[in-house]
Amino acid sequence: MIGSKFDFMGRRGIATVISGVLLIVSVGSLAISGLNLGLDFTGGSLVEVGLGKEVEPEEVRQYLTGKGFNNGTVQTFGSNTELLIRMPPQPSDTTDEAEIAASQAQLGDNIFQTLSAQYPGMVLRQSNYVGPAVGDELANDGGLALLTALIVVMFYILMRFTKQFSVGAVVALAHDVIIVLGCFSLFQWTFDLTVLAALLAVIGYSLNDTIVVSDRIRENFRKIRKSASVDIINTSLNQTLGRTLVTSMTTLFVLLALLLAGGEVIRGFASALSIGVVIGTYSSIYVAANVLLMMNISREDLLVPEPEQDSNEDGSYP
Amino acid sequence: MSEGPIDPSEQTTLLGVAPRRGALNKFPLWQYVLIALVVGIGAIYAAPNLFQPDPAVQVRSLDSDQAITQGTLARVEAALKKDNIQILDSALDEDSLIVRVASDEAQLRAQATIASALNARDVNYVVALSQASNTPQWLQDMGGKPMSLGLDLFGGAHFLLQVNMQEYLKGVMSNSAEGMRDKLIQERIRFSPGKDWVKGQVIRIPFRDEESRAAAKDALVDFPDFLVQDREVAGSPVLQFTITEDKIRGLEDRAISQNLTSLRKRVDELGVSEPQVQRLGRSRIVVDLPGIQDSARAKEILNKFANLEFRLEALPNARKSQIETYPYQGREQEIMRRNIVTGNNVQDAQQSFDPDTSQPQVSIELDNEGGRKMNAVTKDNVGRAMAILFIEQKPRVRKVMVDGEEVEEFYSVEDKRLISVANIQSALGFNFRITGLDLREAQDLALLLRAGALAAPMYIVEERTVGAQLGDENIRRGWQSVAIGFALVLVFMLFFYRGFGVAANVALTVNLTLLVAIMSVLGATLTLPGIAGIVLTVGMAVDANVLIFSRIKEELVTNPPQQAIQAGFDRALLTITDANVTTFFVAIILLSIGSGPVRGFAVTLAVGIVTSMFTAILVTRALVNLMYGGRKLESLKI
Repeated sequence: MIGSKFDFMGRRGIATVISGVLLIVSVGSLAISGLNLGLDFTGGSLVEVGLGKEVEPEEVRQYLTGKGFNNGTVQTFGSNTELLIRMPPQPSDTTDEAEIAASQAQLGDNIFQTLSAQYPGMVLRQSNYVGPAVGDELANDGGLALLTALIVVMFYILMRFTKQFSVGAVVALAHDVIIVLGCFSLFQWTFDLTVLAALLAVIGYSLNDTIVVSDRIRENFRKIRKSASVDIINTSLNQTLGRTLVTSMTTLFVLLALLLAGGEVIRGFASALSIGVVIGTYSSIYVAANVLLMMNISREDLLVPEPEQDSNEDGSYP
Repeated sequence: MSEGPIDPSEQTTLLGVAPRRGALNKFPLWQYVLIALVVGIGAIYAAPNLFQPDPAVQVRSLDSDQAITQGTLARVEAALKKDNIQILDSALDEDSLIVRVASDEAQLRAQATIASALNARDVNYVVALSQASNTPQWLQDMGGKPMSLGLDLFGGAHFLLQVNMQEYLKGVMSNSAEGMRDKLIQERIRFSPGKDWVKGQVIRIPFRDEESRAAAKDALVDFPDFLVQDREVAGSPVLQFTITEDKIRGLEDRAISQNLTSLRKRVDELGVSEPQVQRLGRSRIVVDLPGIQDSARAKEILNKFANLEFRLEALPNARKSQIETYPYQGREQEIMRRNIVTGNNVQDAQQSFDPDTSQPQVSIELDNEGGRKMNAVTKDNVGRAMAILFIEQKPRVRKVMVDGEEVEEFYSVEDKRLISVANIQSALGFNFRITGLDLREAQDLALLLRAGALAAPMYIVEERTVGAQLGDENIRRGWQSVAIGFALVLVFMLFFYRGFGVAANVALTVNLTLLVAIMSVLGATLTLPGIAGIVLTVGMAVDANVLIFSRIKEELVTNPPQQAIQAGFDRALLTITDANVTTFFVAIILLSIGSGPVRGFAVTLAVGIVTSMFTAILVTRALVNLMYGGRKLESLKI
């Protein structure tokens, strides 16, 4: 990819518009329809059963409603013979009140037993119950983890680079996270704990990209004396373009493998990361560098701490 | 990181060895040896994961008197032979017996067969599904062991239990108040009538005069958990006992540890080979039951609070406040409020059948204190009836409004029932039998009395059960994705970088090996998100190599090949470090804040970052040095 001379920064107006539109759509969707939160965060019961034959989810839902399990959703999961049943906490039950009220945790078992009677030979694939308090805690911890990650990253880059880079990286990361969240909101994919983990991995990945690019920008600012900031950034982006694309490619390869072979449980995780890698690659080129220019990065900003390193013979590590 | 002025001659590489001019791209021999050694050790500790364990059934004795012997083994073998289940191998050690079988299906059948053969009359043995390791002995001797599989891969159940401390504290407070009342009556100290002494964390005892209060204060020195104060309420003297926060903490610890003990014993009887019961935070308990088949039964046993109380029948002249009334066989039975002994004094309990009536019964053996009390009371009351009260606590949920928000509150309902009223024929001792329960109740009661009561009631706040079928599927899919992803990356790198691609691919293989080795040695549990982390590591680990190679490519424009290689590695290093350190931070944050699946992913991510840095910087370098170092290169294809 050596010698490529794309005028990345010349098109930064278009990029700003694209990013802006993506962000507005994402935030809009998040505000209007919100996230389709999984059991981990909402609490409730979830039962996955293998029926061994195809059964219409609607039929099962109606059967369950007839037995007094209300407001559940039933959908196929992976293959047509497997069904996923989600059931919110049951307020009260007319047929067997004491039994259901005895323990909410019992709900999954009751659903399974009720269904077993109707569909003999059925196997329990998984059954999850999350109490409302735990759901809230998981959601809070998740949000806290995201914020902490962003703050720690900001400080590290502030320490290693300058405030422009730090702001640029965090803006790029927030950009990526919001757009991935936006996709989950727009398509109403289930957002559970594994997707949250994927989101943090996106932060890690996108950061990796951003730092590689920033590193080169810093190096070139020190090395190339008589050039406009825009040109230096352009050169840097072109120099790192090969690496950026190759790494994105290998990462997308393995994510493809996860999407194809990983099964239903890991699908949300793989989707979130795939989108994140694509957006992260884009943002490390356009968003972070764009912020640098907006904040008027100049050679002087980078010379203050290490004036001797013009030739960039820095190969020293503590 | 200090970045002071640097004299080029003092330039150092990661291992602190100054490369001399003229000897570009050559490591000293010891460095190659060291790298080979690390890789070799990694391969050894990763190796146990290649040996699939056999399905097996493990038999343990519940009773220390009843050791597992050759005789037990013979009985097991005979039973299995009768049911046509082939034994691959069996091993007997001090306290357990392991029988290997050919398939998962045979394993389930073998468990049922063995259980019915050994536990035909009494429940003396735990018969658990298990996995018998196939790791060669020499590897095991070196401490090699495969990664343990998480519940999502192995199948099993995970429970998070919340200990209801408020309920427990309430119990402690009312017991203490009851004890104080008894003590005052015994010492003949007069106190004002008034029922409700307990208010939250405070007990207030009203007195008629100062003298009684002073006497009471002396009499009640045996309640050291309380802060004692003199108070005036509505003009009359009151003795106020406040439980201190310190003491509450202490009580909580005690309650939790008693609950843990009881839970462990209960879980032990569920037929799980490696159950885990641990405290989590201040008032939660995690129970992991890998491989359990019947999670509904597990839940029932975990959460059950059942106890017994032995009490005397009320005499006609008893005071109203001393008696309680329960329905029994269609009539109202009056019994004394005070216990003789409770289930807490039970040393051992076994369910069996009455030889005369074939009705289920529970044989009970009391401990020293219980036996003495029982004997003392029954000796003086021959001819009077003794009642046995069966107490069960059932968790319930109700909605309450807190700050205008509807939240769920857990509470428990005590269900008390008289199961027997019988005349005392003669003084009772340590051993006796209880009848009047159905089979299931008798079995559960025996188990719960053996395990000890829960000190504080608990309720399940989270449950995750994964069936064996889904577990197997998850493992298969997980490894398939690793294989596909790995292959795609290998082919791509080879195609894109040729010779250097070979080096990168070897490094990637070493990376995967080291990752698995470290996970195994750390005893980390592999979960599906963990496998996803491994896959992602494979994809991202090449990044360091890619950074180096593209740098070399750039340097080739201005430098001869050897210098370009040298410069490429050196200059890419800082970038690699910066990028990885930040990603490592993210992994650590995930690890410290996340729970469950997030942690599984974080562990592999963190370990993967460390191994990929090692392999990219040292292993790839060593390979490239071996391939190109010290030779005269006219040109370099990369």
